[in-house]
Amino acid sequence: MSDTAVADTRRLNSKPQDLTDAYGPPSNFLEIDIFNPQTVGVGRARFTTYEVRMRTNLPIFKLKESCVRRRYSDFEWLKNELERDSKIVVPPLPGKALKRQLPFRGDEGIFEESFIEERRQGLEQFINKIAGHPLAQNERCLHMFLQEEAIDRNYVPGKVHALASHCVSGCAAAKLPVVSLPST
Amino acid sequence: MSFFGFGQSVDVDILLNDADSRRRAEHKTEDGKKDKYFLFYDGETVSGKVSLALKNPNKRLEHQGIKVEFIGQIELYYDRGNHHEFVSLVKDLARPGEVTQSQAFDFEFTHVEKPYESYTGQNVKLRYFLRATISRRLNDVVKEMDIVVHTLSTYPELNSSIKMEVGIEDCLHIEFEYNKSKYHLKDVIVGKIYFLLVRIKIKHMEIDIIKRETTGTGPNVYHENDTIAKYEIMDGAPVRGESIPIRLFLAGYELTPTMRDINKKFSVRYYLNLVLIDDEERRYFKQQEVVLWRKGDIVRKSMSHQAAIASQRFEGTTPLGEARTPGPLSDSGNRQLRIKSNSSAEKGTKRKN
Repeated sequence: MSDTAVADTRRLNSKPQDLTDAYGPPSNFLEIDIFNPQTVGVGRARFTTYEVRMRTNLPIFKLKESCVRRRYSDFEWLKNELERDSKIVVPPLPGKALKRQLPFRGDEGIFEESFIEERRQGLEQFINKIAGHPLAQNERCLHMFLQEEAIDRNYVPGKVHALASHCVSGCAAAKLPVVSLPST
Repeated sequence: MSFFGFGQSVDVDILLNDADSRRRAEHKTEDGKKDKYFLFYDGETVSGKVSLALKNPNKRLEHQGIKVEFIGQIELYYDRGNHHEFVSLVKDLARPGEVTQSQAFDFEFTHVEKPYESYTGQNVKLRYFLRATISRRLNDVVKEMDIVVHTLSTYPELNSSIKMEVGIEDCLHIEFEYNKSKYHLKDVIVGKIYFLLVRIKIKHMEIDIIKRETTGTGPNVYHENDTIAKYEIMDGAPVRGESIPIRLFLAGYELTPTMRDINKKFSVRYYLNLVLIDDEERRYFKQQEVVLWRKGDIVRKSMSHQAAIASQRFEGTTPLGEARTPGPLSDSGNRQLRIKSNSSAEKGTKRKN
């Protein structure tokens, strides 16, 4: 009669969860909306700006709520800064639509409503993807883009660290082996 | 395997003496098929007969000698010409002469050392086989019979759990724990993931078993990674303080024991890969090696005496380096490996807190 030893499959002991953690708001709240496109200027000096509204509870962002106006070239600037300074693979922006800027079009070109809406959606996807990336959150250019009134193109690129006063419960050690860097 | 020349005038077969009682084990061939072969352990004797059947009883077979070999070899697929033989035994069965009628030649390779487990991988193959050769002037008649060898180990004396805190500063901190660092092939991985800090939007979490086959040495080392299993352990976004249990049964997967630097030619190692995927398909992972070992079956009264000895001889053949050298068999013949009825429960409660 064979008598195999049965493996012990009981769960490992774990600490009970604090109810405020279980039912409180999650610490990963980050929402960025792009809306209210407005075309400013006249004639050939016209351009469209979009409202970029951010709501978050991530401590790395100084402001928990912010609202700024940005145009497409500002997004391009952000993309270039991140590609140069951070190690992440930056997602694509919606197209530059150069063809739409040529004269003698039957429609409004880049000020066509449907085009603006398409672009708005693309920009919203772009910024949400980037802002949620842990490595991008360390870049000064992202914080300036989202939370400062105007983009200073002469800024000094650099990294942002979490506020010194912030502490993580349960993590006694300051140094942790790092999870291998996320891809894409 | 015979050479075509004037056509085969003789049928050669290799038969084992204990073919009726010896167990067979499934083993994958190079093209992925599964076949059954006789199973041997280190130290067991390989005995049988080589039988020659003349197709035309009136024709005599002239030969330059008949022999049988027991060979253990490693073959690297990128270097097929070179077979590295680590075991090579030969027995001459007949001196040059004539075979006038069908006959059988007995052979016995006593207590053969079979230090490594049979392995068929992506870039390398280790096999054991018997080869009977009838030497002739123009072409030899050759017949090969593959066998499968398993290397056995006992429960390691030291088998600490793996417990580690990892993360990305200010974004994600987790503590993962696996109940052991060494698992046998039919074991269960019991563990947990405890979330200390969650500032990213996690979509789901899975644990993968990755097999890494390493061939070559020095600058020509080549790693072949293969994901043997992907097992989702969590669906949805966790928050701080949550514990996610892991229970992964290894018996359902095609695994081999961990093989380290076999004859300095190749290694096969296994890793557990814990992967978290966030809403934007970004992957966060932590790989951790685990040692896999093959547990011997409980000694049954019906097993041959030799197989019983062989399944309890572990000197120098285990990858763990910690197996004890068992003493002689007790009279009852029921000497168990270190499996006491409550030992696994004991091990289960040894957790670092």
